[in-house]
Amino acid sequence: MSAVVFARHAMTPAERLRDAGWVAFVGLILGVPLIGLTTVDVGGRLGVETRFGLLAAFVAAAFAGRLALRWGIDHMRNRKLAREQASTTTAAQRAHGAQRLVNIVGWVALGASIALPIVYSDNRYVVDTATTVLIYVMLGWGLNVVVGLAGLLDLGYVAFYAVGAYSYALLSTQYGWGFWEALPVSGALAASFGILLGYPILRLRGDYLAIVTLGFGEIIRVILVNWTEFSGGPNGISSIPRPSFFGLEFTRRPAEGEQTFAGFFGLDFSAMHRLIFLYYLILVLALLTHVFVSRLRKLPVGRAWEALREDEIACQAMGMNTTNIKLSAFAIGAMLGGFAGVFFAARQGFISPESFTFTESAIILAIVVLGGMGSQMGVVLAATLLVLIPEFGRNFSEYRMLLFGAAMVLIMVWKPGGLLSHREPTVRLQATGAAASDKEGAR
Amino acid sequence: MAYALQQLINGLTLGAMYGLIAIGYTMVYGIIGMINFAHGDIFMVSAFIAITAFTILAAADVTSIPLALTFVLIVSIFFTSAYGWAVERTAYRPLRGSTRLAPLISAIGMSIFLQNTVQLTQGARVKPIPPVLEGGIVLWDNPTFTVQIGWSQLLIIVTTVILMTGFTWMITQTPFGRQQRACEQDRTMASLLGVNVDRTISYTFMLGAALAAVAGVMVTVYYGVVDFFIGFLAGIKAFTAAVLGGIGSLPGAMLGGLLIGLIESFWAAYLWAEYKDVATFSILCLVLMLRPSGLLGRPEVEKV
Amino acid sequence: MSAHDKGTLLSVRKLTMRFGGLTAIDDLSLEVPAGKITGIIGPNGAGKTTLFNCLTGFYKPTTGTLRLAHPVRGELRLEKLPSHRVARDAQVVRTFQNIRLFPKMTVLENLIVAQHNVLQRASKFSIAGIFKLPGYRQAERAAIERAAMWLERLKLTHLADDPAGALPYGIQRRIEIARALCVDPVLLCLDEPAAGLNPRESAELNELLLYLCGELDIAILLIEHDMSVVMNVSDHIGVISYGRKIAEGTPEQVRNDPEVIKAYLGEDEDEAEEAIARKIAAEGSNEEGQPA
Repeated sequence: MSAVVFARHAMTPAERLRDAGWVAFVGLILGVPLIGLTTVDVGGRLGVETRFGLLAAFVAAAFAGRLALRWGIDHMRNRKLAREQASTTTAAQRAHGAQRLVNIVGWVALGASIALPIVYSDNRYVVDTATTVLIYVMLGWGLNVVVGLAGLLDLGYVAFYAVGAYSYALLSTQYGWGFWEALPVSGALAASFGILLGYPILRLRGDYLAIVTLGFGEIIRVILVNWTEFSGGPNGISSIPRPSFFGLEFTRRPAEGEQTFAGFFGLDFSAMHRLIFLYYLILVLALLTHVFVSRLRKLPVGRAWEALREDEIACQAMGMNTTNIKLSAFAIGAMLGGFAGVFFAARQGFISPESFTFTESAIILAIVVLGGMGSQMGVVLAATLLVLIPEFGRNFSEYRMLLFGAAMVLIMVWKPGGLLSHREPTVRLQATGAAASDKEGAR
Repeated sequence: MAYALQQLINGLTLGAMYGLIAIGYTMVYGIIGMINFAHGDIFMVSAFIAITAFTILAAADVTSIPLALTFVLIVSIFFTSAYGWAVERTAYRPLRGSTRLAPLISAIGMSIFLQNTVQLTQGARVKPIPPVLEGGIVLWDNPTFTVQIGWSQLLIIVTTVILMTGFTWMITQTPFGRQQRACEQDRTMASLLGVNVDRTISYTFMLGAALAAVAGVMVTVYYGVVDFFIGFLAGIKAFTAAVLGGIGSLPGAMLGGLLIGLIESFWAAYLWAEYKDVATFSILCLVLMLRPSGLLGRPEVEKV
Repeated sequence: MSAHDKGTLLSVRKLTMRFGGLTAIDDLSLEVPAGKITGIIGPNGAGKTTLFNCLTGFYKPTTGTLRLAHPVRGELRLEKLPSHRVARDAQVVRTFQNIRLFPKMTVLENLIVAQHNVLQRASKFSIAGIFKLPGYRQAERAAIERAAMWLERLKLTHLADDPAGALPYGIQRRIEIARALCVDPVLLCLDEPAAGLNPRESAELNELLLYLCGELDIAILLIEHDMSVVMNVSDHIGVISYGRKIAEGTPEQVRNDPEVIKAYLGEDEDEAEEAIARKIAAEGSNEEGQPA
């Protein structure tokens, strides 16, 4: 159901041309001040430069693009209609089929992600990018609890990511904590932050909550920038220790009385070992997150989150303490964000407030919403798309964020429910043996 | 004392600009119940249009300041309204009647898109123009500190007052204002009574953009520098102003803008300048927690 | 209709609810007997739903008391409890005039969510649940069985795995009642349960209400415009107009009360005619009572 379409009847060629002409005209008006004209520095003063050729190309592209888009939409709609008329399956069956397909794709993706570093064991770029995807998958799964399941719009999720990252950075550089000791503590800290921030604001309505969380995210960032003694200010914290493989460091030469990973296993030293280890580490963290969240979803607390998203007043009428339910969603989401932050700090070895801007929150939110709220596989799909699309456009990297913004708008307009909007029930009556036969009887 | 008076003048100037932007948030929220996240960036676009227009005038050797200002205002309002219209048409209208989150996400995407469009087409560097209005009226010639109200500050405050008066008149007295208020109360009913709801919403976006354009021109005149990132903070602060005043209320948006401007000036002058954004955000959080309906907004009774 | 008197379950004393200058409920007193069906009728805007909102903690009454004689926990003051505790501790459970299901969740899930507090306790802060410990699994099975029992009783079993929001209106009303029953109510407050139901469905509703009250001993407070429901099942009826109680008594007494007739006639002619026509229909003539 595309909302770009307004006319119900098939358009005549003349109408199509007029429609495209109108779009080109609007494009012209919008294009004149930003594309047709620009100001450039001429000897210390600004001078105007005209780019009418570029403007003409833009208008022509708008015209052609609109024609093609209209044609494409009409074509797709007709095909969809034809398919719907031809198909004999019910919506429920189709949904069930789709769910099975998603499950299969999920297992294939899991297999592929395990095999990836083996296949690309000497390709630093692929392993690095895949690690980035997995960080976003994990963040997406964490935020999915808050936004997708509990329906609380959080625009400041990056704050918890920052809390996790800075906790590990400070604990390790100041107090010499290791990755594995710091991980649970940092997660707990992030969760406490979630509760602390969440408690006063969780009774706010949807959009207000969004803005206040955005405000909190920015406050934390501004504090990190300005409180130099604590956080290193804009310079951040560097030389954060990397995680070791059960005490084996990924270094060329062992420290006093220690062994290196390569030495222990009798391998030649390679910088890839650490990258691959980090990749598997985030894969394990992400998978644990997935199992954790999927199980929670089928528990009372998870159902309560979804019920809360659907109707808060009905929840209260069922005797549910909505404040506690919201807090639990906020805290668990924050904790998972904190874990991801710890990993991020350990992987980068360096963090600064630059990494925790609002844009980061927007990207994570986009992953959740584009994926399809509440859908775990949707998060994987969206995270992969959103990390990879800009990577493919690396040659013209200045267009990355432009494409990103445009993709957010277009995917929302095309599929407001997200890419995978099918919801799988947490419990079925048929599964419980005796009831299933009753059901057949009733039919 | 003199210092405080100067801060008062600076704060009022800043507040007038926040107020102009805040009206765009408040009107859009009133009519379709969404936070138009891209509004701050619309304001940023208008500032760039103003920069280009001023540069063109300088190249054409136009020296009359009133003429130049009128020209820049008209140009900026025209193109910025077109942007306001186009944003609504492409990113929000298709999502009407969808979930609450969908338009908000789309708006965030639009905000990122606009920022990057400007960065790509106009460059990422800060754009300075020579001062348009220099000097001002010296109010108090203190031996240690001179209090003065700049011509540009005077211009901003006077323009804002005139616009607000005209705007209030339009919303309360004209047919368009009536339709706009009707749509705010009940869109379905308004459409049944023959109000073209889509058009009214489009006009609302264009009006909001036009006021943001005025603010954009004023910022250009006042600060003389513009970059592609100014929309984000200005947008958040203006939104805070709208919420503080009571979202949906026009006088509220203006009052909220003034308060935010004053708080920011005094905070930066007497407390810590580097934490002035924290002040705004903290106020936003406090207002929402303690009085979610704002100063002039009507409290909502939750319908069960 | 149970024969013997079990005393008062809920006693509303001098309840007043004001919104700014508007007085929605004005000095209302009412007794709800245990194990019986109490009907609340009155013209639109009389304050019936406001009364429910006060009872169930959604509004804080301006003045007045709401005492519930809970069979286990003793006397509870409903006006002092937040809404979720009214449902959880006082076991006063309501339905809504404009149905409030969890639309994307299945019918079964809706009924399981209603048993949240029991299950949440069994899941021991979700830890027992995460590891699927036997204690939790047993509790979950019990919850599903309980839900299945009510689905069966309300003829909803075949829809158990469908999303609730996609089902027809009449069925959604039944689901909402089933969901409320899963909370294990002592007092069940139904806000226009028959609205939008066809005559057959209304008749089924009557039967259900009598079963709940007669067999399970659940007291029911019923707001309803459909006189065929109210008059046939209620043991006791309170009539509210402009936030005040104008009459109270058995269906027979209320039907003949001049104040009541005046309230309906004086309020709004269409409404009154409709009400009278419905009453005539309810009083025996089996033809459809068309409003004159």
